[in-house]
Amino acid sequence: MATFAELKKNLKKDYTGLTPVKVALLGDTATQLLSQALRGAARSEGLDLQIWEADFNQVERQVFDEGSELYEYQPEIVIIFQSSHKLLAAYNKLKPEAYASLAANRLELISSIYCQLGAKLKTKVIYFNYAEINDAVFGNYASKIESSFLFQLRKLNYELMQFGFPHPDFFICDIASIQNQFGKNTFFQSSIYVNTEMVLSMDIIPEVAIKTVDLLKAMYGRFNKCLVLDLDNTLWGGIIGDDGIENIQIGSLGIGKAFTEFQYWIKKLRNRGIILAVCSKNTESVAKEPFEKHPDMVLKLEDIAVFVANWENKADNIRYIQSILNIGFDSMVFLDDNPFERNIVRENIAGITVPELPEDPAEYLEYLYRQNLFETISFSSEDAERTRQYQVEAQRTALHKSFTNEDDFLKTLQMVSLVEPFNKFNTPRVAQLSQRSNQFNLRTVRYIETDIEAIAADENYVPFTFALEDKFGDHGLICIIILKKENTDTLFIDTWLMSCRVLKRGMENFTLNTIVNYANQHGFKYLKGEYLPTAKNEMVKDHYKNIGFEATADHWILDAAAYSQKKCFINTKS
Amino acid sequence: MDRQEILTQITRVFIDTLDEDNVVLTESTKADDVEGWDSLTHVQLVVAVEKKFNIRFAAKEIQSWKNVGELIDSISSKL
Repeated sequence: MATFAELKKNLKKDYTGLTPVKVALLGDTATQLLSQALRGAARSEGLDLQIWEADFNQVERQVFDEGSELYEYQPEIVIIFQSSHKLLAAYNKLKPEAYASLAANRLELISSIYCQLGAKLKTKVIYFNYAEINDAVFGNYASKIESSFLFQLRKLNYELMQFGFPHPDFFICDIASIQNQFGKNTFFQSSIYVNTEMVLSMDIIPEVAIKTVDLLKAMYGRFNKCLVLDLDNTLWGGIIGDDGIENIQIGSLGIGKAFTEFQYWIKKLRNRGIILAVCSKNTESVAKEPFEKHPDMVLKLEDIAVFVANWENKADNIRYIQSILNIGFDSMVFLDDNPFERNIVRENIAGITVPELPEDPAEYLEYLYRQNLFETISFSSEDAERTRQYQVEAQRTALHKSFTNEDDFLKTLQMVSLVEPFNKFNTPRVAQLSQRSNQFNLRTVRYIETDIEAIAADENYVPFTFALEDKFGDHGLICIIILKKENTDTLFIDTWLMSCRVLKRGMENFTLNTIVNYANQHGFKYLKGEYLPTAKNEMVKDHYKNIGFEATADHWILDAAAYSQKKCFINTKS
Repeated sequence: MDRQEILTQITRVFIDTLDEDNVVLTESTKADDVEGWDSLTHVQLVVAVEKKFNIRFAAKEIQSWKNVGELIDSISSKL
């Protein structure tokens, strides 16, 4: 557990070079210490939270007064913390016949707050849900009485989740689950509350801050995409090479139950789109045997995108896995029961997350639940397909090796690309790609779903999406270009980003051909590009130069009329 | 634990919590005399002292101390 003092020490550290994020914090209780903890927790994650804190208990005034400091500040994120204690105080003042409408009324307020913020600001809203207070007026019977406070509070938490579905910029920070995890005695300290109007204890403020920062990290494109797994004593009990397939502990044997449940958890992550890889010191055929033959194995070989079992060092093997997946080390998590291996990986691979797994495998799951390693702010059906896509990628790699001529290889792939504007079907995926793409991303402007809808409706913008498939399978939507009509002659390339899994297929040429065709057909003379460097997009530093744009003082220009179509082996899918 | 020992221990708590190496406390020290001891850090100090001595202050005690001596009174009454 991080302490408040530790987080506060971060405030004195250097913030240069960190990503600035403008946050507004509005609460109906004292939030000054939470504000400090938020800024401190974000510092550890490379975010420079610039927090504007509303005066005490000003949520409604700040939101509904159009001239308020909130709107003057123009935050990117609004965090709203309406406490269970104030909810209870409101309930206490109601006439008994109004008790049962508490949740509905509060939800209506939250809904109008969200709509008002959305109308005035381009912002995401993080709303803290309600930690339970059982006032014990009805005892257990509260669950059968709609007008009881506990009933209303739980109903409100449930309705908040429902509210989140159709409102893509509304995110719940689940502090109710923090109270469940640590218990109310840790979560809340009555003496401090009575004296200061603080509803979070000093011990729990860091937990709430970190959980909030988890969301912020995901919003700014920092989240884990891949789980790398050791095998012996991590996925099953015992050592497959020594104990043999009939003696490893999984299923009903020994403490096998712990490993079975652990594997179910990993399987759910895989189903959610987390890429699984194996990195084990073993002979490959021996390591694969349980996956192929053990009846109690939950994970199967088809769940593993990259399987590496050999006697090399694990840091090198993880570098190999990374090279196939083409994702950042800072989006990988490595689980291994052996502290020695963990240290080697931690010391040699900057950015990778290596949790200190407890010694007792029975503790693995609860420990990992607490780490909250797989925060996300989006989920699309393509996520679940990801493992298969990476496996197919391995097949392509094998085919590629059999060709000495690059063009011959590309021809045999029989690639086709579906080119479409933004529409309601691809909006979630477009927004997600905008959040996720770091490397092949010329300007790294992040768009959320409502932005995408606005761009689609704005005739000054010309958006393109590109999907790619080949004879091995479908990559799905992997590239986005947004052109902005700067004047009658010039199209500015507002966004050009591409998933790294389709590098070196000729997509760069295909997409350029497409947008130049558009320019020529619609009477534009120039395409204007810009490269904005980030810590991660050096790959495309010379992109415009490489594809024939001319440098000007601060931009890149392509003369559309003088352009000749570039060679590529991708056909447009109609 | 005698009062001097308690004073030494809470001085250490203050130094850690306020992140100020130069804190010197006596029984007559008031909040205004200490750099960084304000109503916000007071909460942190209270909780840190509670942890150090493994005690809990009552709500009415927390805002009642006029000086460090009275804080020591509260602590020693619980040890």
